[in-house]
Amino acid sequence: MTGEQIVFLVVALVTLGAGLMVVTTRNLVHAALWLVAALFGVAVTYVTLNASFLAVVQVVVYIGAIAILFIFAVMLTRKDMRDQGPQMNRNWWFGALLAVLTFGGLYFLLQGWEGMSKTAAAYPVGFDAISELGNALVSPQAYILPFEVASVLLVAALVGAVYVAFNPRDGGSRK
Amino acid sequence: MSFWNDPLKAAADWLLGVFTGWGMPELAANLLIGFLGVLILVTILMVLDIGLVWVERKVVARFQDRIGPNRLGPFGLIQPFADIIKLMIKEDTTPAGADKVVYNLAPMLSMMSVLILWAIVPLAPTILGVDLNIGALYIIAAGAIGTLSIIMAGWSSNNKFALIGAFRQVAVMISFEVPMLATLLIPTILAGSMGTAAIVANQDIWYVLLSPLGALIFLLAAIAELGRAPFDLAEGESELVSGYNIEYSGMKFGMFYAGELLHAFTFGGFWAILFFGGYRFFGLEKVSPFLAIAVILFKAFIGYWLIMWVRYTLLRIRIDHMLAFNWKFLTPLAFTLIIVTALAHALLAGASAWLYTLGMFLSNVLVAWGALEIARSYSRKERQRVEGKPQVAEAAHH
Amino acid sequence: MNPWIFVGLFFVVGLLIPVGAIGIAALLGPKKPNPIKQTAYECGIETVGESWVQFKAQYYIFALVFLVFDVETVFLFPWAVKLGALGLFAVVEGIIFILILVAGLVYTWRKGMLEWA
Repeated sequence: MTGEQIVFLVVALVTLGAGLMVVTTRNLVHAALWLVAALFGVAVTYVTLNASFLAVVQVVVYIGAIAILFIFAVMLTRKDMRDQGPQMNRNWWFGALLAVLTFGGLYFLLQGWEGMSKTAAAYPVGFDAISELGNALVSPQAYILPFEVASVLLVAALVGAVYVAFNPRDGGSRK
Repeated sequence: MSFWNDPLKAAADWLLGVFTGWGMPELAANLLIGFLGVLILVTILMVLDIGLVWVERKVVARFQDRIGPNRLGPFGLIQPFADIIKLMIKEDTTPAGADKVVYNLAPMLSMMSVLILWAIVPLAPTILGVDLNIGALYIIAAGAIGTLSIIMAGWSSNNKFALIGAFRQVAVMISFEVPMLATLLIPTILAGSMGTAAIVANQDIWYVLLSPLGALIFLLAAIAELGRAPFDLAEGESELVSGYNIEYSGMKFGMFYAGELLHAFTFGGFWAILFFGGYRFFGLEKVSPFLAIAVILFKAFIGYWLIMWVRYTLLRIRIDHMLAFNWKFLTPLAFTLIIVTALAHALLAGASAWLYTLGMFLSNVLVAWGALEIARSYSRKERQRVEGKPQVAEAAHH
Repeated sequence: MNPWIFVGLFFVVGLLIPVGAIGIAALLGPKKPNPIKQTAYECGIETVGESWVQFKAQYYIFALVFLVFDVETVFLFPWAVKLGALGLFAVVEGIIFILILVAGLVYTWRKGMLEWA
């Protein structure tokens, strides 16, 4: 067991545990905070994969924006912030069965892939992930079109949010 | 003499020799040395933090035309230590109905989010916690953890005012993160890298000369991020009875308070690193790393002084004014500045240093002038709409 | 060694210091809990009503708009890093990206979503 594998196992266990707590804890705001822990675990996994830019983006976007959005949404839709709902409905065994089957199916599929047990190749010397990403995002042979389309997608999300949240009764455009 | 030229490496090598001599595997020895180094840095930071409490109180006193602490020790220098002792021996009350785990975790996360920022501060050409090549975004990531700790503090206190204060503070913090991210792009464009060490190493011409408007917007956004006046609506002592801090007493409050001061000093440091050349001072840093540390600490103090000056001079801004200022003025201005900087940088890339500096500086001045003109014309229209067109004075007819 | 291990050390030490400080304070301080001391603080008056507030929807709108611009700016960082080496074509592409999103901001502004009200 190399040190890397131990680190990965610990991080994966923490992430999975936090994910489990997200769906089983009674208090909604606690669930949001456990989600933050799970997202942080994913960021640490990115670090072990040498994707440091993605790790920081994960913290900045997911924890810094999306988790806060979740917490705001929870507080917007709950009358009492310490509201505690029921944890499971009557068919929880079916959900658990489905989850186990899905996990088994995925594992069976991945068994046949030879990359499953290989360690990833190390980066060539002098490889700068961010430079390569920058090159890829703006060169016409690489990802320039998805880059521009991503901005259109973001504007679409913005327009959708405005439309959904727009209520002529309280606030909103005066024209 | 290699210690004086490269103290970190010399100390680390010596310790490594000692530890492997005791039979420790090299990996564990390296980890232990790293841990000791971090511990020393953080201890120095906490002592600095205590000094900052004294500086803050003396400076606010002078701004308010009084003397400040002067009883304990010469010039009141022992005062912060007395404060720490007082905070330590205070009772640790937890309000009824508070969520115990989250309530206790919040001040720890708040302090942690400030301390981890010092991992990427380049103190000297050879003294740097970690040379991450994504330093600029790391600043924002640490800020995200700080934002989360404020929500946790406000929510878990089981107090209306804490909740309102926390929400407002978080709304302001996340709003002002957009211009901060945008102005962080500017040193990245100019230096060609996001890492703080690379940004400092590339600052042959200080970036404040190449992009003064960027430096100004970064300072404004940083002051808002810190939650300090004039953007301190969440903590306004006269409005929300110190906002998310209400139910915290003793050392937990101490963590929030000291964390805020250290955060301000750290952002003074980042302002110096990103725009004022960091540890560089016309070649002084090559003489000795200790001089470089002194230079960057001095510049950080100047930034901190500026932040304090702003705090004790300006009145608090209302929250809707704050948010309108951010989304309707600062964000479009910051994005316009990025566009202009990118264009100017690409067009002037091959020019001589003087032409380049002049071109970038003029482009900034142009953008600032344009923004002010637009703001002026808009406010003129607004005033006319509210007050009616100005009456032209009747000429005397004689 | 992965340099991030030292970042991890900073996290650990950064957590240890406040835990240590608060721990010492918890050991040193008196412990006399008392129901009056533990009521919520409202400038000395008794609390009125539940301690929840009607959450303004405007907070959510601001968080949403922030999310969109956060993702956009994060996309711009790799572009900014390579700007010096890539020439005018890449600059124009990035400018188009920014302009599309500024158009989104103007739309949100005109629709009145940025009012605090």
